[in-house]
Amino acid sequence: MAEKITLEIARYSPEQDEQPHYECFEVPVHKEWVVLDALNHVKDNVDGTLTYRWSCRMGICGSCGMMVNGEPKLTCATFLSHYANQGARKIRVEPLRYFPVVRDLVTELSDFLNKLKKVKPWLIHEDEPPLSQGEFLQTPAQVDRYKQYSMCINCTLCYAACPVVGLDPVFVGPAALALAQRYNLDSRDQGAAERTALLAHPEGVWGCTFVGECTRVCPKHVDPAGAIQQYKLAAVMSWLKSFVMPRGQDAR
Amino acid sequence: MDVSSHDILLVGGGGAGLRAAIAAAEVNPKLSIAVVSKVYPMRSHTVSAEGGAAGVAKPDDSLAEHAYDTISGGDWLSDQDAVEAFVKEAPLELLQLERWGCPWNREPDGHIAVRAFGGMQKKRTWFAADKTGFHMLHTLFQTSLKFDPITRYDEWFVTKLLVNDGRVQGVVAIELMSGKIQAIMAKAVILCTGGCGRVFPFTTNANIKNGDGMSLAYRAGAPLKDMEFVQYHPTGLPFTGILITEAARAEGGYMLNKDGYRYLQDYNLGRPEPKPVLRSMELGPRDRLSQAFVKEFQKGRTIETPHGHVVHLDLRHLGEKLIEARLPFVRELCLKYQNIDPVKELVPVRPVIHYMMGGVSTDIEGATPLAGLFAAGEVACVSINGANRLGSNSLPECLVFGARAGRAAAEFASGQSPANGAALAQALDEERRLESRYLNKTGGRERIATIRNEMQATVEKSAGIYREEPSLAEGASKLEELQQRYDDINLDDRSRTFNTELESALELGYMLDVAQSIVQCALHRSESRGAHQRTDFPARDDEHYLAHSIVYRNTDGSSRVEYSPVKITLWPPGERVYGQQGQEHSQAKPAQ
Repeated sequence: MAEKITLEIARYSPEQDEQPHYECFEVPVHKEWVVLDALNHVKDNVDGTLTYRWSCRMGICGSCGMMVNGEPKLTCATFLSHYANQGARKIRVEPLRYFPVVRDLVTELSDFLNKLKKVKPWLIHEDEPPLSQGEFLQTPAQVDRYKQYSMCINCTLCYAACPVVGLDPVFVGPAALALAQRYNLDSRDQGAAERTALLAHPEGVWGCTFVGECTRVCPKHVDPAGAIQQYKLAAVMSWLKSFVMPRGQDAR
Repeated sequence: MDVSSHDILLVGGGGAGLRAAIAAAEVNPKLSIAVVSKVYPMRSHTVSAEGGAAGVAKPDDSLAEHAYDTISGGDWLSDQDAVEAFVKEAPLELLQLERWGCPWNREPDGHIAVRAFGGMQKKRTWFAADKTGFHMLHTLFQTSLKFDPITRYDEWFVTKLLVNDGRVQGVVAIELMSGKIQAIMAKAVILCTGGCGRVFPFTTNANIKNGDGMSLAYRAGAPLKDMEFVQYHPTGLPFTGILITEAARAEGGYMLNKDGYRYLQDYNLGRPEPKPVLRSMELGPRDRLSQAFVKEFQKGRTIETPHGHVVHLDLRHLGEKLIEARLPFVRELCLKYQNIDPVKELVPVRPVIHYMMGGVSTDIEGATPLAGLFAAGEVACVSINGANRLGSNSLPECLVFGARAGRAAAEFASGQSPANGAALAQALDEERRLESRYLNKTGGRERIATIRNEMQATVEKSAGIYREEPSLAEGASKLEELQQRYDDINLDDRSRTFNTELESALELGYMLDVAQSIVQCALHRSESRGAHQRTDFPARDDEHYLAHSIVYRNTDGSSRVEYSPVKITLWPPGERVYGQQGQEHSQAKPAQ
């Protein structure tokens, strides 16, 4: 394994630059170091202007997603040695694809946040019994139905991987659709019909052309592509049912 | 300067902040509530909490037992009226989270499942696998989206509390995206910024845990409480400091020294049994386990690695099925960051800075002595945690006292008039300070990282697991030197757009304040209690120190430590015992 490796980092400052450009920094390759450690090394010791987000350094806060050699990655979970061991002399680090860039490796997230809110990601329940009546019962099997889709950390890697997001900025996108399905599949929720009405059109689930890249890059194995397929099926069933029961029933 | 106004302003959008915001919105939907957070709320450090949240849930358990465990776990420094309120409201808050969709683990019949946890005599820890904080935070965040009175200021960094007429009237904050410096006025401000683990070099805490709220309050004249009580968690992965949850031991994991020996049996923690025994051995409290590690190290029975000495956590006998069902994140973290599979291999672990028992001094409603200023969660010290927090008490603390602070702030705000011109003048002064001291400053010679590294090394050396006067005094004077050198820092970055170097500089300023308060409180407390162990004063001294340290900032930047009595209701100070003996003690009911 080489002792040093070069980070080729996309730099962009809207106050100075018309276009992003690349800048190279040589960093040591320690066995334990992830790409994020190398970025911190540069910021602390070489260039304090290098700009990126990070927080937990354990793959759960979702802040530090970037393109690493063209792949969307959590940089806190991407080891330098992985590249060095393959003989690479250079690692390219860029902001996540398809998002507007604020500066260097920081992307604009407000559109993503709006899309999350749009799917009504909260439990919809018509009657609210007092807390003294205890919990809504839910068996382990019922938890398992939605659990996988509740694991999303909002890192937005799936948006950077999704060609539909690239072509159609209005598309709600994988993480938000998986989150909608997380609530639809929850036995305590009664909002599936409401969400289906919101999402059964081209901006919603029908935008997805099932490329499956979202599932491939997801660091938490959420499988948004699977959620979207389920959603499409539910939407079709709901549409079919609407001929039998015109009021439109629960899509499950 | 732009000015915006709200009724209530939250600084921080983690577990406590979001719970407070929702509580205030539920009290009065007409209130305007601002959540100002330096990160998007779902990035907050609550996300990293793993093992669970304690709240009495089963018929074999009682509020008195949860209270006793908490108070004895805290070595009798907890305020018992606060603990009583806490244990009573914790189950309701956890139930409320269930109603909002939190995916709690369940019994086969659909009821909430609970697991064992350190220092708890009954199983009462609710859990969502080993990602409890993650699920709680996302549940709260997603639920908060349906409350229209809540306005978010995502990625805004608060630099100052505005205090006028003896009352907090708002904050000054920088919008990171644009660099805009703005006054955000409010009739009540609630600090929910979490802890300060980054004051130390080796911590489970996220990069954002810099004691922001503690320093903001301290500078504004509100005192901090019990700052010497800092928790080392016994099981962090070496190098990264990533937390391996206590739930790993609650599910049956063993702590082994280099000889494969369950060494905790040598430290008054009970006898080794094959299955976990509550309040015994690996299920002892965190302070005692971390102290036992140091003793093992001194006996030469730990294992040397390139990243410090370690002991081993052995989960192999639990089997893949249980580990996958109940500890999947532990396995994921070990595989990813340590290249070790706990199903087949021993996990190297060492004590790691995890939690701050101390914080902004509040009463039982979350109110600080400074009018209009409230605090809840790790940033605050109510105190329920006393000298040592029990695992799984911090998440329900965020909920119980977040909700209480939210309601109290709502009530306070309704009786207040809006901020006046004097507060705005202060805000303009603050804008000038940020520009002259940081953005437009020339000629600085110190690098942020240099001072930060020296501060972290100093605090670890003087205020680690064991402390004594000479190293504390040395640490105190080194921190004074670092405060002076901080005035000479240089920023590479003068941009207004997402200036993270400016943010780091301001955070370092906060951490230096917090470091000073930790070392000063530790220096003044001449006894050993819970997480504060003085080798020169090895015994607990109830006669002089059954009292909270209250530390104020003097106008010259130095600090002043005073003491205030602990509130005792039903549990007079007693001996803290674990293992078989401890079980007899725990069954003793309070003198009611």
